[in-house]
Amino acid sequence: MHLELASRDGHIEPAEGISQSPLAVRGLTVSYGEKPAVFSVDATFAPGAMTAIVGPNGAGKSTLLKAALGIVQPLSGRVTCWGRPLHTQRHRLAYVPQRASVDWDFPARVRDVVLMGLYRELGLLGRVRARHVETAMACLSRVGMEGFADRQIGQLSGGQQQRVFLARALAEGADLYLLDEPFAGVDVATEKAIIGVLKDLREQGRTVVAVHHDLSTVPDYFDRAFVINTRAIAEGPVAQAFVPEILQEAYGGRLAGAQIGAAG
Amino acid sequence: MIWDALTLQLGYNATLVTIGAALLGIAAGVTGTFLFLGKRALVSDAISHATLPGVGLAFMVMVALGGDGRALPGLLAGSALSAGAGLVCVSWLSRRTRLAEDAAIGAVLSVFFGLGVVVLTVIQSMSAGRQAGLETFLLGATAGMLWNDAVVIATGGALVLLLALLLRRPMTLAAFDPEYAVGTGMNLRRVELAMMGLALAITVVGLKIVGLILIVALLIIPAVAARFWTNRVGGVVLIAGALGGASGYAGAALSATAPNLPTGPIIVLAAFALFLLSLLAAPGRGVLAAVLRHLRFQRRVHLRQGLLALAQGQPIYEPLTLRLMRRAGLVRADGVATEKGRARAAKALLDERRWALLRSDPRQETAAARYDGLTPLDTLLTPDQIVELDRNLGPRTAP
Repeated sequence: MHLELASRDGHIEPAEGISQSPLAVRGLTVSYGEKPAVFSVDATFAPGAMTAIVGPNGAGKSTLLKAALGIVQPLSGRVTCWGRPLHTQRHRLAYVPQRASVDWDFPARVRDVVLMGLYRELGLLGRVRARHVETAMACLSRVGMEGFADRQIGQLSGGQQQRVFLARALAEGADLYLLDEPFAGVDVATEKAIIGVLKDLREQGRTVVAVHHDLSTVPDYFDRAFVINTRAIAEGPVAQAFVPEILQEAYGGRLAGAQIGAAG
Repeated sequence: MIWDALTLQLGYNATLVTIGAALLGIAAGVTGTFLFLGKRALVSDAISHATLPGVGLAFMVMVALGGDGRALPGLLAGSALSAGAGLVCVSWLSRRTRLAEDAAIGAVLSVFFGLGVVVLTVIQSMSAGRQAGLETFLLGATAGMLWNDAVVIATGGALVLLLALLLRRPMTLAAFDPEYAVGTGMNLRRVELAMMGLALAITVVGLKIVGLILIVALLIIPAVAARFWTNRVGGVVLIAGALGGASGYAGAALSATAPNLPTGPIIVLAAFALFLLSLLAAPGRGVLAAVLRHLRFQRRVHLRQGLLALAQGQPIYEPLTLRLMRRAGLVRADGVATEKGRARAAKALLDERRWALLRSDPRQETAAARYDGLTPLDTLLTPDQIVELDRNLGPRTAP
């Protein structure tokens, strides 16, 4: 493997062929108002790997993910999954949004939220059968939450909420998992539970892409890093893309020496 | 009379209207649940007020075509068109301009309603057509309702109910987590449009019975009331349907007991009575239950503080603490601890010391996280763990 550095116009040459990549974007630009949050980004995520999307606050990490999924409308750009248009591959990907994006006073129990991961399979009229409930419970126990199935979701701690969201994505049985800041504001037990599940997914040959803010844990948790600051800066194995020179470029003066030390 | 009305003994027409109103109420309660959960309830207010110009214009068109302008299907079609226009305006304003949705709702609601009032005023001065009775669309009336009208209302209500139940999963997902919903490939705009379309249909179908000003209440109040009773979407849907149906039934029946009673306000008052009952009496989320829970908690805190003070030989000044401890037989009237009080105090102090030890031990992080100053440790740990803990507690210091 070799390191892909961004060429001058911000484009990155793909590490793998686009046709094999579970998620590839080309020339993606997203703008809220007149200021682009993501500008002309090319990204090709490697299959079967765990990739961290890192970059400073406001660098467009979450926006990149949301635009790739069609949650925000890009100004321009093309998204492919395994070389095919996104909408034909939706059933193979699962999204874990930031937990703060929903109102947790919603009338639902933990198991009801996990069952939402099966809505596509159930369709409009399909009855929830014993095997669906079993799937949901199995996903809950993978994140260590089987004892909470009948809790109202408003009674959960932040870390527990995050684990419920992950369980819902697991219920979809996807090949590509996209997570938006899964470790933001969670307790140590949750962080361990989540990273364990993600590594299991990788063992099974599935692909994980996560927006990640804690630079100190990138080398421990992830194989590859995608560094972004509105433009794509680098993508590659952690040992090559997650190095002080590249991070310095992405973060400018905002990166403390200690963090760079952790990265190096 | 009221009993006759509620048992459907006021004649054929009143019975028809009552059953129609009950069906409408069920459909409104179910549809409104999804609006309420998605925090879009007020959009239905804009929709309903936007029906008025449509009613007036449909009347004019029908008169111009040679009719008397009173055919209900025609009036409903007109109201649906102008309500649809209002909905498009709200949606366009909040998506394409910097106006927030509530501002867009306010603007559309007032402009369309104003336009409707002007159209109705023009109609009053027209010589052709039978304009008397158009104003009943504001507040609803059951007097003079025909068999055909009731059939339109009942069928419309039943259809909306079926569609709402069919779309319950996408609408639930859109209400709870729209980003995730899009991520699964759901067409969020289409689902929201369907949700608004159902609210529009309820408004139009309910125009004759409830009237356009108050239909929003029939959409929102049952769902809000139902939320007090349950923590599940399915439960809210069922209970909101039942409460809406009961309100429609009772309201329509009661309004049939006197000739000029407006139906809409009475249905809404019936719904409000059910809301009030839910607000006060529901277990869990109800106000009374919350007050009771708070008092019980306060009592536990005071007793615990009092016992710890006793154990450490400190005086108790707080009157509530003293009163509670006297009532529990822990201190005598003069404030001196009883035998029972001393025993309980020693136990509380031991518990507090065990907790302090547990919380200082980083290996016990999970157990320590459950510390709330009230829960006795021996309800959380096994006797063996307690013994183990006590071994490290060191010599007992006398209180």
